[in-house]
Amino acid sequence: MKRFLKIYLDKPELAGLALLIVLIAVFEIKSNGVLLSFENIRGVMGLLPEMALVAIGVTILMICGEFDLSVGSVFALMPMSIAVMLNAGVPFPAALLLGLAICALVGLINGYITLQFAVPSFITTLGMLFIARSLTIVISGGFPPLLPDDLPTWLFTDYIWQGAILRMSFVWFAGIALLAAALLSLTNFGNWIRATGGFNEAAASMGIPVRRVKIVCFMLCSMLAGFAGLLQVLRLGSPLPSIGEGLELQAVAAAVIGGTALAGGIGTVFGAIIGTLLIRTIDNGLVLSRVDANWFKFAIGVLTMFAVIANAWMAKMSRKIKVEAHK
Amino acid sequence: MTSPIIECRNLQKWYSGVHALKNVSLTIEPGESVGLVGDNGAGKSTLIKILSGVHHQDSGRILIEGKEVDFRSPKDAMRHGLETIYQYNSMVPTMSIARNLFIGREPLKWKVGNFGLMDQKRMRAESVQAIANVDLHLRSPDALVGELSGGQRQGVAIARAMHFKSKVLILDEPTNHLSVKETNKVIGFVRGLKAQGLTGIFISHNIQHVFQSCDRIVAMARGEIVFDRPTAQTSIDEIHELL
Repeated sequence: MKRFLKIYLDKPELAGLALLIVLIAVFEIKSNGVLLSFENIRGVMGLLPEMALVAIGVTILMICGEFDLSVGSVFALMPMSIAVMLNAGVPFPAALLLGLAICALVGLINGYITLQFAVPSFITTLGMLFIARSLTIVISGGFPPLLPDDLPTWLFTDYIWQGAILRMSFVWFAGIALLAAALLSLTNFGNWIRATGGFNEAAASMGIPVRRVKIVCFMLCSMLAGFAGLLQVLRLGSPLPSIGEGLELQAVAAAVIGGTALAGGIGTVFGAIIGTLLIRTIDNGLVLSRVDANWFKFAIGVLTMFAVIANAWMAKMSRKIKVEAHK
Repeated sequence: MTSPIIECRNLQKWYSGVHALKNVSLTIEPGESVGLVGDNGAGKSTLIKILSGVHHQDSGRILIEGKEVDFRSPKDAMRHGLETIYQYNSMVPTMSIARNLFIGREPLKWKVGNFGLMDQKRMRAESVQAIANVDLHLRSPDALVGELSGGQRQGVAIARAMHFKSKVLILDEPTNHLSVKETNKVIGFVRGLKAQGLTGIFISHNIQHVFQSCDRIVAMARGEIVFDRPTAQTSIDEIHELL
């Protein structure tokens, strides 16, 4: 019994999962059964992959001990640069690869400046938040460019089949989430990410290239944010320069609600997904329950603070429970 | 005759104008356990950082088992069998014992280049074995290092070094901030090294601890070695006088 309790307390994302189930039940009743209706789930699941991919990237970077506020701007910059390239006659696959390369470059710059000049990543990426947003508007020329009609939306955002509940973006999200989870828990690189964020000096003294590990995480985070932005633009059919505003903070909130520690070393992909689901459920549930939608941010705020306090408390309780040795 | 395990010849190191190591030469034979003592700023840490590959000497040579080496990173030093355990810096508290034991040296069952899937079953089994070998009894290889006491953490760090067949173990202030009981445990580990045929370098400013566990005392002051004698031929008072 004690052992199970300890395992539970060690996994903050399970508390998030419990809360999610409670909230779904409450909103399902308050909305008279609309929350879990086919059409509503269909709508929420269209939005979920976009935010969850950003949250996964932010979580990996936070585990590694760094922080990225520029994801919301990169979310807009990547699809906008692809739209501009498409209008200049670049074929879609090439534009996609170049768009991802731009994201990787943004991540590289974030990481390089943070590490080379010992600037807190909070500051570096705050700068990048403005730079990338500005670039997005500049390259759009003030008018959102039109997207060609022949884009492969069947591969990214169409419903998996006619009338299906899920879009292709969900398949991408599920695949990437599985890969990211495997990277963190099964590979040696995942071990290095956790060690780097958990105790930088120890990792370095064991010969782990901590700077390179961090830079790779910065790049992964930017690329996931950019790809998520592309999914949103393909779904909406138009690259607006203002998409993703405020998303950086929601992504951090999702990570923290899912049990990721700001100090680094702790966090899971599953937690990031639970955090995102909680935020999306609250957003959707409040609207369906006819609560003034302006309470949404209030709820996210309370939940974020509550999650951090609850996680700290759970970790403390877990440490108190000493499971006896079994020989 | 076998060649010395470590031989430093005329090591020099400056830190932005400060002459931290002045022509230091030191020879250590296999199986010796050497206590390195000295006040803060005497040059102990500088010497250790050079031997563990964290810093590079400005001039002078290092020979390991008679062969000249050039350490550019901690990995280089580890590859030559020198492993360093720092007072705090050796373990990641948010990770399990098994994962800590293999940081940077994870056994892989499938890989591309240097990256791949860890063999977690082997990691757990081998860490249980490694910990038992230093006579430490822990609950499970999945327990977080953050839940261990300071002395147990040093024990796991020593188990790690032994598991990877290190020839020389450098312990930098391993007893700092430990209770008396925990300190005794660590001193026990250091004594145990000899039985396993390892060479140990024990850095401390607590001369008592060094006397309890080493068979040779080397003292440094102002960047130079000022004293070097077997423990049996000196006394705690003599060293105190000197420093």
